[in-house]
Amino acid sequence: MTSRIGRSLLADRIATIILWSIAVFVVGILGAIIIHFLLASVGTLSLDFLTSDPSRSEVGGVGPVLWNSFYILVLTMLITVPLGLVGGIYMAEYAGPGRLANIIRLSQELISSVPSIVVGLFGLAFFVVAFHWNFSALSGALALAVFNLPLMTRLSEQALRAVPSGERDASLALGATRWQTIRNVVLPLAIPGIVTGIVLTSGRIFGEAAALIFTAGLSTPSHYDFANLNLADPASPWSPFHSATTLSVYIWKLNSEGLGDFVRQIADSSSAILVIAVLVFNLGARGLGRVLQRRVSGASS
Amino acid sequence: MSTIERPMIRIAVEPSRTQPGDETETKIALRDLNVYYGTKRAVRDVNLDIPQNAVTAFIGPSGCGKTSILRCINRMNDLIPVARVEGQILMDGADLNGRDVVPADVRRRVGLVFQRPNPFPMTIYDNVAYGPRRQGTKNKQQLDEIVEDSLKRAALWDEIKDDFRRKSALALSGGQQQRVCIARALATQPDVLLMDEPASALDPVSTLRIEELIDDLRQRYTIVIVTHNMQQASRVSQRTAFFNMGDDRAGYLVEIGDTRTIFTNPRERLTEDYISGRFG
Repeated sequence: MTSRIGRSLLADRIATIILWSIAVFVVGILGAIIIHFLLASVGTLSLDFLTSDPSRSEVGGVGPVLWNSFYILVLTMLITVPLGLVGGIYMAEYAGPGRLANIIRLSQELISSVPSIVVGLFGLAFFVVAFHWNFSALSGALALAVFNLPLMTRLSEQALRAVPSGERDASLALGATRWQTIRNVVLPLAIPGIVTGIVLTSGRIFGEAAALIFTAGLSTPSHYDFANLNLADPASPWSPFHSATTLSVYIWKLNSEGLGDFVRQIADSSSAILVIAVLVFNLGARGLGRVLQRRVSGASS
Repeated sequence: MSTIERPMIRIAVEPSRTQPGDETETKIALRDLNVYYGTKRAVRDVNLDIPQNAVTAFIGPSGCGKTSILRCINRMNDLIPVARVEGQILMDGADLNGRDVVPADVRRRVGLVFQRPNPFPMTIYDNVAYGPRRQGTKNKQQLDEIVEDSLKRAALWDEIKDDFRRKSALALSGGQQQRVCIARALATQPDVLLMDEPASALDPVSTLRIEELIDDLRQRYTIVIVTHNMQQASRVSQRTAFFNMGDDRAGYLVEIGDTRTIFTNPRERLTEDYISGRFG
């Protein structure tokens, strides 16, 4: 009869092997995706490809669509970060356990789980048609804000709740008001978590396609004139009203209707850029979070 | 058992004001204090007087409501949504739970030092200046004076005077951090200082320093200290209140008296059993 310790050790070993295999499998998928697109884009992907117009040559480039991806990302974040932060502060510090908070929380979850193509159709009906903003970066950013806002609110709420109660109580016990406590103690301590959340959701926004097809538009001008700073002019790349195909929408478009000999290479190279960008966002979030955490805790003198 | 407990409270409270050697003025008076968390009663019918410029120790086994009572005295229980306080807490004769009393104002006048040192992740200076700044003190020179004065009173000044403007409070040792917290509480110029087991997370040497500090501070402040450490209570306090948990799991006051009397010749058998380590 094997001893109980022997059996425990065996079980421990089996569990370790299973968990390891799953971990290796997950990392393997990620590696396969990256390697596949990098290999597929050899010969196409270059600095030139990143910066030039689609019409430059047969292969073209993704300059304008890459610009649009970042433009819409920044615009979406300008809308969602302040609102999400305020919402998160309300949910974490003021809402309490009441029925209103439950309704808000339920709404957040429901909006987050609406398929993004449906959000896109909503954006089409609302921002594009009803508000006459047409297919534009603004319409796209607002559609993205619809499902990013609940996420941002939730992330801020969680970051604020994670602040240890000791510091919060200390501030209140010194006669600080609730708002003073939030502003001076809780918020600074929550910043690393909030920033990490912002960067992580950025990855999702950057890669989103479905919600943008009907809102940000499918047309890309053959050339962007960056000297045109007129924000009201839909031809200016700086204007929120310019039609703004993003990188992921561009990939979708190439794959579904692309003609020409190099469609495959262009799509693969664009995908490689997208995957790498999202990877950079995620790694950046971790690094940034760690640096901020160290600065906030300030253990070094 | 509960039929025996009730008369004990009455016996314990009423003579306390006429006891010999008790000539100092009452700073805080608890009258029929009951604390509930939801439907559960945590503190039952507590009546006691806390004398001015003296250290009053709250002792008793875990769960007997010492910390709950302490947190009532600076309205920290308001922050727990299910907490309810009944009865009166009088400070200089005025009810701290009165209709037009602002909780933040009570908390400024009644400082609280927590069990675990909890300095803010800021410089020592910013920690101590935190309270005055929130109350609107902006004048640099005035803040400098308050900070220096508070750090001196908390017996920390000599150790940190060279770099307290730059050094993070988190870079200090546990005992120093707790003295930053005491300085921080003193900076809002309170009359009363509540301490919830202020030395329980510290090493013996730091504990001794905190105890010496408490003894110094009693000249200017009214101090209430919750402690599990019987020797500590006998070393630092002039008055001791012994609480116990009743059959209904609510804490009640067994007796209060001069520390020496409580430790050498208590009125109640229960107190003697607790102090001699027979339970708790």
